[in-house]
Amino acid sequence: MKGPGAGPASPEPGPASPEPGPASPEPGPASPEPGAARPGADPGSPGPDRADAPKVRLRGTRRPPTRTSRLLQNRWAGAAGLLVALLAPFVNATPYALSIMTSAAIFVMLAAGLNIVVGYCGLLDLGYAAFLAVGAYTSGVLATRFDLPLLATVPAVLVVTVLAGIVIGAPTLRLRSDYLAIVTLGFGEIIRITANNLDVTGGPSGIYGIPHLADGPVAFYYLTVAVVSLAVLGAARLGRSRLGRAWRFVREDEDAAEATGVNTYRVKLAAYIAGAIWGGLAGVLFAAHLSAVSPASFTFLQSALVLMAVVLGGMGSVPGVVLGAIVISLLPEVLRDLADYRFFLFGVLLIGFMLLRPQGLWPARSKEALRSEEALR
Amino acid sequence: MTLLDVTELRLSFGGLLAVDGLSLSVREGEIVSLIGPNGAGKTSVFNCVTGFYRPTAGRITLRGRDLRGLRPSAVAGLGVARTFQNLRLFGELSVLDNVRAGTHLWLRQSVLDALLHTPRYRRSEHECTEQAHHWLDFVGLRGDRYGPARALPYGEQRRAEIARALARRPGLLLLDEPAAGLNHGEKAGMVDLIRRIRDLGVAIMLIEHDMGLVMEVSERVVVLNFGREIAEGRPEEVRRDPAVIEAYLGGEPDA
Repeated sequence: MKGPGAGPASPEPGPASPEPGPASPEPGPASPEPGAARPGADPGSPGPDRADAPKVRLRGTRRPPTRTSRLLQNRWAGAAGLLVALLAPFVNATPYALSIMTSAAIFVMLAAGLNIVVGYCGLLDLGYAAFLAVGAYTSGVLATRFDLPLLATVPAVLVVTVLAGIVIGAPTLRLRSDYLAIVTLGFGEIIRITANNLDVTGGPSGIYGIPHLADGPVAFYYLTVAVVSLAVLGAARLGRSRLGRAWRFVREDEDAAEATGVNTYRVKLAAYIAGAIWGGLAGVLFAAHLSAVSPASFTFLQSALVLMAVVLGGMGSVPGVVLGAIVISLLPEVLRDLADYRFFLFGVLLIGFMLLRPQGLWPARSKEALRSEEALR
Repeated sequence: MTLLDVTELRLSFGGLLAVDGLSLSVREGEIVSLIGPNGAGKTSVFNCVTGFYRPTAGRITLRGRDLRGLRPSAVAGLGVARTFQNLRLFGELSVLDNVRAGTHLWLRQSVLDALLHTPRYRRSEHECTEQAHHWLDFVGLRGDRYGPARALPYGEQRRAEIARALARRPGLLLLDEPAAGLNHGEKAGMVDLIRRIRDLGVAIMLIEHDMGLVMEVSERVVVLNFGREIAEGRPEEVRRDPAVIEAYLGGEPDA
């Protein structure tokens, strides 16, 4: 986890799931000699060895880790990320650093939510900030108008974001991907412009004086890390469930998924609603963090940045998008010394990343570890 | 007992009649082949039965239940499984995951189970994996099950796709050219596999161009040409049918 974000001023808050990724290859007792297992199991080797290959189950065959990333890809990486996030305030607890780290953690939650939609299910959403806005405004308006504590607004936020997800998803998810991208782009703008023009949302200046969720920035930081960790863990677990598999089937081949009995429409709607919930709850944290919400926070750029975090980290890979979100949110801060040139360099670095690692910093693997058997022990 | 009943099926794309008043039925546990020259409408029949195409007219019933207007996933839920003419595996996903897809319909697991990792989640995931292995064993897949499906050799991919279909526990399996692109030895293996599937009590409808395989494995053969049935019967009868020979060899209409 030594990303480019490990600058002097900002230790990385990396609230990662304790069990990231779809796999946890622990070197188990049953692993045979890696060399001996190879020839029979090699998918690339055509015909010749097949005739004399004994009819054995290859399920016990373990193959040696081929990359260092495979060593990292276990629950320890998630625990380590969480530990870094928990220890970060001991390294630097200035209000500025805490604010940056809290923002980064919220951004991680957004990326984890968008990853469900884009990474797992393959639906290109260009207006994801809209759900952040719906969550932030719902909780902000309710809290300031009715003097409610922010926590009390969470049920309402859930209801409203789920409704928003259904309203947008239900008519548009019948469309193929590129049309969906356009519609979500429009939806993002509609939400922002609506907030800009309504009285209840405070117009262009937004709403302010939103109550805090915790006493002091340190406590709020830890609260955020806790919520975001749960969100990341939840997203990872969804990805490894029956529904999570169905999302991947839809992403890979909608017709084949439908033929295997997956109701692709309902499954896509579920992904959209899950994404909306993650975004909406991040919105509550967002409102509490800034104590003010204004339309300027929910521009297309915000949606694009979240999408960038997902693509940069590795679509569909939970540890990947966590890493991507941290890089995207901290890199501009690390580059702050460069003044006006920092966004220029930010852009150059992103292009460089994508050229060198188009699959993402920590890509999802199509190779599966022997986890299912282990899950029972 | 009749499992699938198709009556007066008609399917047109604009002015083109792909299927023109076809009637056929498949009994429980029977192997029926659908043959005919290219473009005769065989795959269109499959697509109508499985809900991918909406027939222009006609009735399709499975165990007496009308299939018209159902989504493909709903048809699959009633016990119809299919494979595709040009393989439609989920290439980037592991072979096991591909077969796990077949368990989607009957696996009982809620979102809450998955989020909380309840005992039911663990049990269902275990069962799902066991079943996937079971069907991969059944089709005799030798390749790497944990690697991506696209890495399997072609013949193995055909088997993996059949395993995925079988994991659905169907009553009727539609195989669209399962032997296409297979070498001689692999074809023999396919004949054996099709028979073993039938022995499970699964009825099979087969589209195939390899006549050797069709004659060897089918109990009944239906011959299509231009969306119409031109012959039907036991393999040896159909083989001698003048209308069939003419359709295949392109004999003169009034020769």
